[in-house]
Amino acid sequence: MGLLCAFIGHTQDYFPKNDGVHSKATNYTAITNAKIYITPTNVIENGTLLIKDGVIINSGKNISIPQNSELIDAKGGSIYPSFIDLYSNFGVEKPKRKSGGGATPQYGPSREGFYWNDHVRPEQNAVDVLKFDKKTAKSMLKEGFGVVNTHLEDGIVRGSGALVALDIEGSDAKRILSGRSAQYLSFSKSVLSRQSYPTSIMGAMALLRQLYLDANWYKNENHNTTDRSIEAFNKNADLVQIMAAGSRVNAVRADDVGDQFDIQYILLGGGDEYERINTIKNTNAAFIIPVNFPKPYDVENSFLADKLELESMKEWNQRPTNPKILAEHNITFALTTHGLKSVKEFKAKIKNAIDHGLSITKALEALTTVPAQLLNNNKIGTLKNGSFANFTITSGAFFKSETTVYEHWIRGSRTIFEDLNSKNLNGTYTFDLNKQKYTLEVTGTRGKPKAKLKADSLNLSCNLKQDQDWAHLLFTSKDTLQQQFMRFSAKIDKGNPNLNGTINFANGSTQKLTLIKSDKQAKKKAKKDKKETKEKTILPVTYPNGAYGFTALPEPKTILFQNATVWTNEDEGVLLNTDVLVKDGKIAAIGNNLKARKANVVDATGKHLTSGIVDEHSHIAAASINEAGQNSSAEVSIEDVVDADDVDIYRNLSGGVTTIQILHGSANPIGGRSALIKLKWGESAKNLIYKNAPKFIKFALGENVKQSNWGSYSRFPQTRMGVEQMYMDYFSRAKAYDQKKKSGQPYRADNEMEVLAEILNKERFISCHSYIQSEINMLMKVAEKFDFNINTFTHILEGYKLADKMKTHGAGASTFSDWWAYKYEVNDAIPYNAAILNNVGVVTAINSDDAEMSRRLNQEAAKAVKYGGASEEDAWKMVTLNPAKLLHIDDRVGSIKVGKDADLVLWNDHPLSIYAKAEKTLIEGVTYFDIERDQQLRENIKNERNTLIQMMLKEKNKGMKTQAVKVKKKQEMHCDTLDHNQI
Amino acid sequence: MNTFKIYIIALFSICCTLSAQQTPAPIQTTTVAIKGATAHVGNGSVIENSLIVFERGTLQYVGQMESGKLNSQMNIIEAKGKHVYPGFIIPNSTLGLIEIDAVRASDDDEEIGTWNPHIRSLIAYNTESKVVETMRPNGVLMAQITPRGGRISGTSSVVQLDAWNWEDAVVKIDDGIHMNWPSTFSRGRWWLGEDPGLKVNEKYNGQIQELDSYFNNAKVHNADATPGLNLPFEAMKDIFEGDQTLFIHVDDEKGIIDAVNFKKQHDIAKVVLVGAYEAYKQTDLLKNHGVSVLLRRVHSRPNKSDEDYDLPFKLAKKLVDGGVLVALEASGDMERMNSRNLPFYAGTTVSYGLSKEEALQLITLNAAKILGIEARYGSLEIGKSATLFISKGDALDMRTNQLEHAFIDGRNISLESHQTKLWKRYSNKYKNQ
Repeated sequence: MGLLCAFIGHTQDYFPKNDGVHSKATNYTAITNAKIYITPTNVIENGTLLIKDGVIINSGKNISIPQNSELIDAKGGSIYPSFIDLYSNFGVEKPKRKSGGGATPQYGPSREGFYWNDHVRPEQNAVDVLKFDKKTAKSMLKEGFGVVNTHLEDGIVRGSGALVALDIEGSDAKRILSGRSAQYLSFSKSVLSRQSYPTSIMGAMALLRQLYLDANWYKNENHNTTDRSIEAFNKNADLVQIMAAGSRVNAVRADDVGDQFDIQYILLGGGDEYERINTIKNTNAAFIIPVNFPKPYDVENSFLADKLELESMKEWNQRPTNPKILAEHNITFALTTHGLKSVKEFKAKIKNAIDHGLSITKALEALTTVPAQLLNNNKIGTLKNGSFANFTITSGAFFKSETTVYEHWIRGSRTIFEDLNSKNLNGTYTFDLNKQKYTLEVTGTRGKPKAKLKADSLNLSCNLKQDQDWAHLLFTSKDTLQQQFMRFSAKIDKGNPNLNGTINFANGSTQKLTLIKSDKQAKKKAKKDKKETKEKTILPVTYPNGAYGFTALPEPKTILFQNATVWTNEDEGVLLNTDVLVKDGKIAAIGNNLKARKANVVDATGKHLTSGIVDEHSHIAAASINEAGQNSSAEVSIEDVVDADDVDIYRNLSGGVTTIQILHGSANPIGGRSALIKLKWGESAKNLIYKNAPKFIKFALGENVKQSNWGSYSRFPQTRMGVEQMYMDYFSRAKAYDQKKKSGQPYRADNEMEVLAEILNKERFISCHSYIQSEINMLMKVAEKFDFNINTFTHILEGYKLADKMKTHGAGASTFSDWWAYKYEVNDAIPYNAAILNNVGVVTAINSDDAEMSRRLNQEAAKAVKYGGASEEDAWKMVTLNPAKLLHIDDRVGSIKVGKDADLVLWNDHPLSIYAKAEKTLIEGVTYFDIERDQQLRENIKNERNTLIQMMLKEKNKGMKTQAVKVKKKQEMHCDTLDHNQI
Repeated sequence: MNTFKIYIIALFSICCTLSAQQTPAPIQTTTVAIKGATAHVGNGSVIENSLIVFERGTLQYVGQMESGKLNSQMNIIEAKGKHVYPGFIIPNSTLGLIEIDAVRASDDDEEIGTWNPHIRSLIAYNTESKVVETMRPNGVLMAQITPRGGRISGTSSVVQLDAWNWEDAVVKIDDGIHMNWPSTFSRGRWWLGEDPGLKVNEKYNGQIQELDSYFNNAKVHNADATPGLNLPFEAMKDIFEGDQTLFIHVDDEKGIIDAVNFKKQHDIAKVVLVGAYEAYKQTDLLKNHGVSVLLRRVHSRPNKSDEDYDLPFKLAKKLVDGGVLVALEASGDMERMNSRNLPFYAGTTVSYGLSKEEALQLITLNAAKILGIEARYGSLEIGKSATLFISKGDALDMRTNQLEHAFIDGRNISLESHQTKLWKRYSNKYKNQ
């Protein structure tokens, strides 16, 4: 609808001209009578903006206006600098995934002369493929955006972006403000290649880390091949680096990668930063924040509503507060339209954020000065002298719903959406016709009025059109039997609120008519707006922010357990009627009649107190488990993907588990590094990880690494014979690598080799997934050849067949109690395994590898008594002290001994009994699980659910758009789980 | 080529089992008396210092110890301080239908097609399964062998777990037909890049209409049918005549309400819900319509993150309190080898509200009633089959579940298995070193 009006397109001075004479633009334009936002905090009331040749010359209240100035009267409107979107794919088509192929995974790259991984594409330049899209440009201009930083949204390294001014009439010569504006990165693979690696976030992180090392090596050392990717990557190093993390957890992960190489990314957020705002703050990064706040869910159907998770409902409720919370914590952020279905939603979303407490100044800064500063570009984002003349002229405050954008100027090109001179007709008009009283209600925006007409109380059909300074109203008569059409036209008079015009009746006669305006309606609406703002109920953020989170993290306490049956796991054995004092996170005293000032006294009469359960083999609390893109993945670490918000942490606590090793999966002979964590529910991922913990890596043998059950036949090794040779190859190379490194010669830093060298140097322990005795023996022999030991065989279901050899080698065992028969290699697995291994003298643990079983590990330990007759104390050690020994943390946990961490569980019954329930689970003196507090948390969940459902019903009732109920499903992780969250 | 190899290996392994299997016990010839044990009858009652006498497979006496009932011809088992239980029953099981999950050649649980009422599990039940023999040492002596897949999966049969052949194993032939109720939600196809979460199943109503139409057609077909022309419809006949049970596998509340309505609408006398995670919200409805429940595996996690962490542990209590007849099932991941943990699933319900004897009923008499075999099995009552075992301690607790003798129809069955053989063999290896 808007009128396009362009300045004469000036070509560059040095271009030859063969179709006329050169005509140089020398005139000025002065826009007067406007509220000018030079910056969001520097505002000129009723000022003049002087521009020439697409550049701001001057601004102020009383500036001198040259004689050769075209004058434009803004008539009390406002002028804002054009908004900047830092994260855009404007004009750069997203590649489509190729169809077909894919039955056999592709391990190698598709390209020659580039990096070995196809998903690293720094050589891409958005500007090379940019096709200026006028239609999108215009819709963005309408919403206030004048400059976008666009890029090719594909790959882990995506190459350089282009800063583009949305100048509809100009040429690319003027539009492209920079062809190398930033380098873009992400954790998502390119759709242009089927190369498998990486299959996980941790793989993508490892790939980036190795890329930085390789780029450095390439830069500094002689290389005899050409790698165009690395060359481009090194060239892009001086650019602003924008990382499309896309969520708060990935933002922290990305920041970790950057920190390691002294690179501070600008991070694309996910809108969920408020959930752990301090962690976000600690990145010191600037953020690009989306405003795609979720719609309320349609909860009318109570069966469906029941399926909706509290977490999802809270997101709807809380996310609009995200920008406010970021601002409150002085985190630098820009706002983006990324994630919105249509840019048209943008203003309403910002208004929503403002209604939730974001200051208008911060909102404007996040769209103008902040993105400009992040790009180090002083020509955009403000209306200071010398800046590009990129601005909107609006009818008033930008984010008010009734405000209209009249015009958007980009480097002098002027796009008109509404005539500055046109009038807003909104209001209520009355008129009398044939002794009938008519009421016309006009709503909508300038130039696009919407009308409702009533005669007395009867609704009549009508249509109101505004055409520049004319209003045309078509309506029907009240008589429904013989419907007649009447037409009314009036020239709009700006000085007069009423509409004076002429009405044409059905019979052709005409009559003068005045529509008299009253001002009741407007006031009423303003009141309503205010009321809504006041009523906003925002549920408190909890840690984690889903179910069972804490509003305030529990504190360590001094606690005295009195009169308990204490399973010490030490020489003292099981002590009856004994007190245990917990102080400063440690076990302070064990004895009788202990006293302590200010201690919380817990009467443990008839109850059992044990050390916390240690699960050697767990896959809960991780965002990914397998990096299956290569047969060795020593470079990846589960520590990168710890998920502190997994409700299975809480459920494990309810089963008395306090420490777990999150192992990489068993997809590869050489897997990834482990994360050893304490289940400190509510803490951030980093705070869960053991400090100064021994280092571990997962290895795997057998059917999984041979890919026997995956229908994949292309990856080496496919046999147990090949597995041995693969280890020999990797360890031989690691040895050579380490020797070269230690010799002081220049070497190409390789994270995978670094990790394997740690194993050779006895600085890292192996926990190896294993079933069949032959291969278990093989791995011990390989290790012996390289003079190290296999620390732990996990699963080790045929351990009972070579317990003697394991003992001689010095390997420990961490096994299932009674799992078997799920694949061929577990055919000879027997539940007596743990007892036999234990009898022979191998350090034996019982683990879960399963999110359900892990909360009943006490019962699994009891099976070692049932099957094979282990003593009850020995059985109990299999889930506490023995796994602690295997993990080399038995100096801190695993038994009840003065000075050890107060990781304790209070059971209501014999801990090996099916009838036992954990009543309290402590980690370092903090009660993370308490069966009584759990009742209160349940009550909270119920109340919060009810509150939110009522709120969403209210939204729906108001006519707000809703979304269908969806249920997030967390994938259940086992050893052989491949991530469904494809990256 | 490789696939072929795997199959060869699999076949080889199955052949191996033939020789490894325990020999089924012969028919009872000597009268057995179990003396002095705590008898857990299975109907809720307990007899301390009991006497249990059985002859030719049938219980002759169950009551207080009375020395007068003993004679020298009997095989008298001293069981003072020990516990006797009726054999545990695992319904909705695929025991014997799959030997090793990952070896396709050993998988016989799921036929292709959507409407398979005529597919019968019994004939594929492998009495020589190495998995089956590991059930018995924990007290699981009977099972309902159930096919999987499709909308109607097929027909199940009830077997006892010590037999030469399926024909000898069967206790109740073709006891029920299993149907998978349409889901309210469907999962996103993650391999196509869709969100792996659950979305409302838009096809639900259509799927219900399909079911209605199928049942209507099956019913009218049987009213006037030349046998052999439509095997699936004919297989449904006994459902309509009330001689066979319709097992509806359904978990969510709305599905449960719809399934009960379906029962009414199609006038099906015997309906049992399987899984029935949310049945606890509709206990009155189930009670009023005489619908019983095979409750999903107790040792599982809640479906939703905001549900009570112990919800699966206390569902049985909620159903029992609501007056619903309920037994436990164990389907899901690793279901066959885990079925030997059935007693401990029951044990867990004790920590969450049931009495030990109520918990016992969930895997004995209630299961027998639901499967329609309660006249002979499920409790220690005179006239019933002597399918029972002696445990040193409380059999619902893994800490004390230690079987010494087990009997099926009075036959003194082996408690050995492939696993106990390996245990002994390798224990000896180290003893002799």
